[in-house]
Amino acid sequence: MLLGQSIPRREGRAKVTGRAQYVDDFVLPGMLFGATVRSAAPRGLIKRIEFEPDIPWSDFVVVTAADVPGVNRVALIVDDQPCLAADRINHPEEPVVLLAHPDRHLLEEARRHVRIDIDPEPAVFTMDDALEGRAIVWGQDNIFKNYLVTRGDVDAAMEFADLIVEGEYETGAQEQLYIEPNGMVATASPTGGVTVWGSMQCPYYIHKALKALFALPGDKVRVVQMETGGGFGGKEEYPSIIACHAALLAWKSGRPVKLVYDRAEDMVATTKRHPSRTRHRTAVTREGRLVAMDVDFVIDGGAYCTLSPVVLSRGTIHSAGPYVCPNVRLHGRAVATNAPPHGAFRGFGAPQSLFALERHMDRVAAAVGLTPDELRRRNFIRAGDTSAVGQVMRDPIDMGALLDRALGISDYHAKRARFDEINPSLRVRKGIGLATFMHGAGFTGSGEDHLASVVAVEATADGRVRVLSSNTEIGQGTNTIFAQIAAETLDIAIDAIEIAQPDTSIVPDSGPTVASRTCMVVGKLVESAARGLRTELEKVGLGDGTAGPDAFRRACADYAVRFGHLRAIARYAAPPGLRWDDETYQGDAYGTYAWAVYVAEVSVDTTTWETRVDDFVAVQEVGKVINPVLATGQIEGGVAQAIGWALYERVVWREGRMANGEMTNYIMPTSLDVPPIRVFFEEQPYAFGPSGAKGIGELPMDGPAPAILNAVAHATGADPRAIPMLPEALMALLETPRV
Amino acid sequence: MSDAPAITVSCRVNGTPAELHGHPMDRLLDVLRLELRLTGSKEGCGEGECGACSIMIDGQLVNSCLVPLLHAQGTSITTIEGVAEGDRLHAVQEAFIAHGGAQCGICTPGMVLAAITLLERTPEPSLDDIRTALAGNLCRCTGYTRIFEAVLQACRSMPRSGA
Amino acid sequence: MPEHATVRSVRSFLPEFDLHAPANLTDALETLAREPGQWRLFAGGTDLMVLLEAGKLPAGRYLSLWGLSELRGIEITDDEIVLGALTTYADVMGSEALQAECPLVCRAAAETGGVATQNRGTIGGNIANASPAADTPPALLVYDADVDLVSVRGVRRVAYDRFHLGYKQMDLAPDELVQSVRLARGRGGWLHAWRKVGTRRAQAISKLCFASAIDLTGTAVRDIRVALGSVAPTVVRAAHAEAAIRGRAITHETIAASCAALARDIAPIDDLRSTAQYRLRVARNLLEEFLSSAVA
Repeated sequence: MLLGQSIPRREGRAKVTGRAQYVDDFVLPGMLFGATVRSAAPRGLIKRIEFEPDIPWSDFVVVTAADVPGVNRVALIVDDQPCLAADRINHPEEPVVLLAHPDRHLLEEARRHVRIDIDPEPAVFTMDDALEGRAIVWGQDNIFKNYLVTRGDVDAAMEFADLIVEGEYETGAQEQLYIEPNGMVATASPTGGVTVWGSMQCPYYIHKALKALFALPGDKVRVVQMETGGGFGGKEEYPSIIACHAALLAWKSGRPVKLVYDRAEDMVATTKRHPSRTRHRTAVTREGRLVAMDVDFVIDGGAYCTLSPVVLSRGTIHSAGPYVCPNVRLHGRAVATNAPPHGAFRGFGAPQSLFALERHMDRVAAAVGLTPDELRRRNFIRAGDTSAVGQVMRDPIDMGALLDRALGISDYHAKRARFDEINPSLRVRKGIGLATFMHGAGFTGSGEDHLASVVAVEATADGRVRVLSSNTEIGQGTNTIFAQIAAETLDIAIDAIEIAQPDTSIVPDSGPTVASRTCMVVGKLVESAARGLRTELEKVGLGDGTAGPDAFRRACADYAVRFGHLRAIARYAAPPGLRWDDETYQGDAYGTYAWAVYVAEVSVDTTTWETRVDDFVAVQEVGKVINPVLATGQIEGGVAQAIGWALYERVVWREGRMANGEMTNYIMPTSLDVPPIRVFFEEQPYAFGPSGAKGIGELPMDGPAPAILNAVAHATGADPRAIPMLPEALMALLETPRV
Repeated sequence: MSDAPAITVSCRVNGTPAELHGHPMDRLLDVLRLELRLTGSKEGCGEGECGACSIMIDGQLVNSCLVPLLHAQGTSITTIEGVAEGDRLHAVQEAFIAHGGAQCGICTPGMVLAAITLLERTPEPSLDDIRTALAGNLCRCTGYTRIFEAVLQACRSMPRSGA
Repeated sequence: MPEHATVRSVRSFLPEFDLHAPANLTDALETLAREPGQWRLFAGGTDLMVLLEAGKLPAGRYLSLWGLSELRGIEITDDEIVLGALTTYADVMGSEALQAECPLVCRAAAETGGVATQNRGTIGGNIANASPAADTPPALLVYDADVDLVSVRGVRRVAYDRFHLGYKQMDLAPDELVQSVRLARGRGGWLHAWRKVGTRRAQAISKLCFASAIDLTGTAVRDIRVALGSVAPTVVRAAHAEAAIRGRAITHETIAASCAALARDIAPIDDLRSTAQYRLRVARNLLEEFLSSAVA
């Protein structure tokens, strides 16, 4: 039985020997290097582009918006973003001119000698300024998208509430900080079409963008994923832009072009997690039952729409958390500011809204006079209950049991009491805090239907099997678990399985590698396609009392002789009974959810106001653990990333531009900063996941930040409401000068 | 404007004599990757922060993005490509595979070299020793926990040097 | 247009730079004397290569000191420990003499970057880079460091607390280079404290850095050194804070007086990493914590 085993990562050997090929390792004969000239100003009209003297410009490839063969737009949702700025600028670091040259020394020199003259226009840099319409920088009112979800009658319920608790919570931007920056290599010509190789999560997103930019049919565009050094959402939509840029330079020059960002450019110019501001107004009974939740959730989308409506959607739906409440109003808005567009980052809106909710729940508990765990326990949603968006929860849920387990493992109550006792006499104060939450797996609502994902599985005459999907290995273990699922379904050795490199010329569109869907949705399609292959082989007698690798090989050989090429396809079909209304935003938001309770133990040094996470317990129910080492690795990595978001990772903004765009100044956790992270799984199989598996990639991002701030509040009595919670901020909340 | 002549540097790379060419301030990282096609060392930051470019020079771990070509003269360099012996992986490499120490893999070459450097000096490191030794190698995927486990397991299977 | 891609580079235009290795120290000094102001000094590269890659290193000619064995080595005399300018942080951490007599220098070295930086970064380079946020300089001040500056004209000794004249300005002539740093021995029995406050526990540029040592008899302070980094345009000796408690017993009153006096020694600012208010408060807290713990 391969499922549930920690099969070692199949490309592990290549990675530990340095043989894995990332885009910057790839060289083509005659290749040029590319560079991007970007706007320094946040907003205005482009008056003039000047190419200063002292550079041999005739030796350079120069591309501007005028060189775009098709439509100068980055095809995504509303297509408002130009691939290259033509007549106006809407954010700092907006790309305007592309250069290529074989000598990278000279290329950098040349980049400095292109001057872009801009007539400045008033710009907007904060969510409040955007909402007030201080300047209108997008559409009619600076609002990319608006969602309103209502249930019951919030206003009436507030009238008669025993207790109302209000609060406002903020989260800052976060840089994905994959250790491999973005990069692409492209070849292109009007006759040959366009081919790009690079670092990416979603080959078909890039394919779609290139088709539109170059006005080419699909079979003239080829996108190939190379080994990708981390993504976390930062390589979901952004790579379309860099791919288009590399391809434009290749198109104009007739030479291959490599366009790879250095860290400084990647940090200031590419997407980040949407900053957020959430206002809660919560009515609760004296016994701690939630009666009404009024939530106002705003995210900053930057200058162009990109994926903000979808981030907003997920964030809004998750803003009511794992609780049941009869009266709910969830108002979500995504607004435009003149910063580089914000984009996908693990969690995709849910970490932001769950941070606010889970910090708020602790404050509600305090107001009612209950412990944080007891308040939550009294309000957990259960099977048969209806969620805020009207989803009747059909799968078994037992948050109470998860909570019990987490409290037990972390020794929560005993520690809470002991810390309360000893803290007054300590310089370094201890605290313990928790968060309870869920994460919906797969695309929201009808999203998976629209994706219409397809996976193919083929077999050769000697019994070797190839899995073809566009889902990418980016470190999370896609290739390994797909191989496990296929081998298990076909009852053959895992070594007989090959996972095809995601290359749009050979793999079908199985959808993007995002939204915690790769294992649950696409893995299920791998299982279905493999099963389809077995069914085909039954035509030659496989299964008539025969099983195992030898029988499979014989059947493949037989099939090849009698029928030819053996291939099976699986297409996504929604689980029966799922209903979602895009108009009212009601119904089955997700096929299923993973559920979790996280507990953080911290030390706060009252001399320096620094917070350290000393221990972290992560308990989650995930359907089925396909590969324990890989699954545990996902949770550990996500927790570490969220600790960074909560305590260290601050983007310093100056007029829409990131001022601390170096790894020296943007601080992610090192090996000395992470606590012991203790991971525990429960399994409540999901009928429509492979062997019952749910999606888990983003779940671990949702819980740590509020758990940590709740722990800090416990340790110090402070009431922090914003992240990153830096020592300076905690000091401001608490310090009375000691001397 | 200086007219710095290109230089030739003689050194040993992964046990073999090598001649490297370029500007004296070319980053050793770039020369190894482009002239010798040793692409296992990676650029993650260009600032000496992430350690993805880590190599060993004369037995010491250094960030090759901060070493000018001139300083490679007369040195003995080991990159990730020089760690395995043919098909036989180093105990650290085996442990990384077995215990999930690599996810996306971009930090892995540097991380493996940092771990090997530690184990050569401290054959039985504590968890704190490991954390300290790897603090200059950033990993965004793993949260480090599997890496710690891999290093702890590796030292158990490494041969002790003869007393 | 050239046929094939050449070596990938950084944000600086390398043809405008040169890096030259002199044959020995004499050759280096004669070069500096012969062409004053033409050469900048280059040690391990851990600071300058970062600037080069960011496009912020001034173009021109650099003299590589890395190969000069005359500048390496740690020497121990009766009353001093002498560190050659090219002593790396790793060398410092490996020195038993320093661990015993000047432990704060070892603490500082251990918290400078990671292992790879510690193998290449040098004390001389750190001093000559003159960053107010450098980690080792406050520790050097605690041990009354002297700096030996060498040129064709001979050796000139400068007390380290008079070496930094202002932000990124040093008492260093264009034909001079740092030869060694001399630290006072005999303080092994003092109480030492070191705290670097950075955003994270490793590889962090300090928000502030506190180094102190007290020669304590009972509760009486016979002598004291307090030095800080990242709270002024240069690293500073907190002379007023020291004076407020030197020769006195440690009491609530003298602790308060010393912490109050600290405000006259430092001038913290708001910057990318932290705020003036945080730096001031935490500097005081660290001093108070050390003094209190000395008599606890």
